[in-house]
Amino acid sequence: MANNDSIQKTLLVAVTLCIVCALFVSSAAVMLKPAQVANKAEDRKANILAAAGMLDPEKSIDEQFERVTTRIVDLNTGKFTDQFDVASFEQSSIAKDPQTSVELGGDDIAKIKRRENYATVYLVESNGELDKIILPVRGAGLWSTLHGFLALENDLNTVAGLGFFEHGETPGLGGEVDNPNWKALWPGKKVYDEGDAKIQLIKGSVDANTAEAEHKVDGLSGATLTSRGVTNLLQFWMGENGYKPFLSNLQSGEA
Amino acid sequence: MATMKEALTSPIFKNNPIALQILGICSALAVTSSMKVTLVMCISVIFVTAFSNLAVSMIRNHIPGAIRIIVQMVIIASLVIVVDQVLKAYAYAISKQLSVFVGLIITNCIVMGRAEGFAMKNPPLASFIDGIGNGLGYSVVLFSVAFVRELLGSGSLFGIEILATINNGGWYVPNGLLLLPPSAFFLIGFFIWILRSADKEQVEEEEFKITKNTRSVKEAF
Repeated sequence: MANNDSIQKTLLVAVTLCIVCALFVSSAAVMLKPAQVANKAEDRKANILAAAGMLDPEKSIDEQFERVTTRIVDLNTGKFTDQFDVASFEQSSIAKDPQTSVELGGDDIAKIKRRENYATVYLVESNGELDKIILPVRGAGLWSTLHGFLALENDLNTVAGLGFFEHGETPGLGGEVDNPNWKALWPGKKVYDEGDAKIQLIKGSVDANTAEAEHKVDGLSGATLTSRGVTNLLQFWMGENGYKPFLSNLQSGEA
Repeated sequence: MATMKEALTSPIFKNNPIALQILGICSALAVTSSMKVTLVMCISVIFVTAFSNLAVSMIRNHIPGAIRIIVQMVIIASLVIVVDQVLKAYAYAISKQLSVFVGLIITNCIVMGRAEGFAMKNPPLASFIDGIGNGLGYSVVLFSVAFVRELLGSGSLFGIEILATINNGGWYVPNGLLLLPPSAFFLIGFFIWILRSADKEQVEEEEFKITKNTRSVKEAF
């Protein structure tokens, strides 16, 4: 086997191996692609439903999602837009494109650097009337950007639920944003106080008798920075630079 | 064949890749905070070690010495990518938790170690069995670590609650340290200690010994 080490043999083995492996990997990737795309879409839908507290693990997600209408909103004008096709709309790439996003500069309390001009919102209707609205939110925590959904009741002020589907916070501390008991504190809280986004996390637990208790949620113990991040991202997305113009238009029926 | 059986069983305790050879520690720290994730990781590693050994062994007589490590890496990497793709397609929730660690099987020293150390010199079937054996040896350690970490760290096993935690209105205060990667160091340490107490052969010889006093204490002062 001495000729194994000749240049020809080395090249031959390297090239053949590369071709065989490339075929193997690419055919696997191509064959599995549809299942992966479906999984991703389903996962997103499940998170949207879970944020609104509507997820029933027994039923198929697609069936449950039929109640949800997806619309795209122009965040600058605060109105629905039909400029994009809902199925192919990718909010994350819109957020990166300088043409379709704005640099936040000093207003960047959620530390996301750029905000997209268009955002997807999910409307849940029952009997032709708006029941719930689910808004994607994101912002920096301690280590990572938290991506989640905030669901509001039809008064566009009461929280129906909050859930994060992607984050990299410390397990057991900031990672407790996934704790169902903590998430259960959210429904019923009010976002706005006379038009200002007041919703926030506080240190310790909320005393129901204090003023503004309805705008406050228990902070996560041992995770001050994650808690602050959650407060900031909610106040940003509920504020003037976020969904507030849209929500007030929706309220007055002008969206 | 006795050697086949040995190739399969000896890596589990006698020649365990993590406990004795101290290989593949990195992923053992990262993916052992819950049993479910650990199970998927173990299956993936067994699959990759077995098939990479098989493939390397089949072409072992044609691999030029100069590029043998690269050849092994290409085979291993291809298998790992396929595993990652399959998980993304059929076990999405778990693949999200495993995230980067499936990809890091490529750098798992066990896979590479067996390809270079065993499959390059042995026929395909024996190499395949050896791959499964070493994958199992890896799994045994991961499972024992994950068992302790999930039970004491979140009070559950396979996501089913065993010890009712305070957060859910029970009595057990979960030990947060066990959810963090460093806890696996302690547990693997204990595992190695127990294994070496049971099987003294595994204790390495000391590299040097301090010689005994040659002079009496009185003489020295």
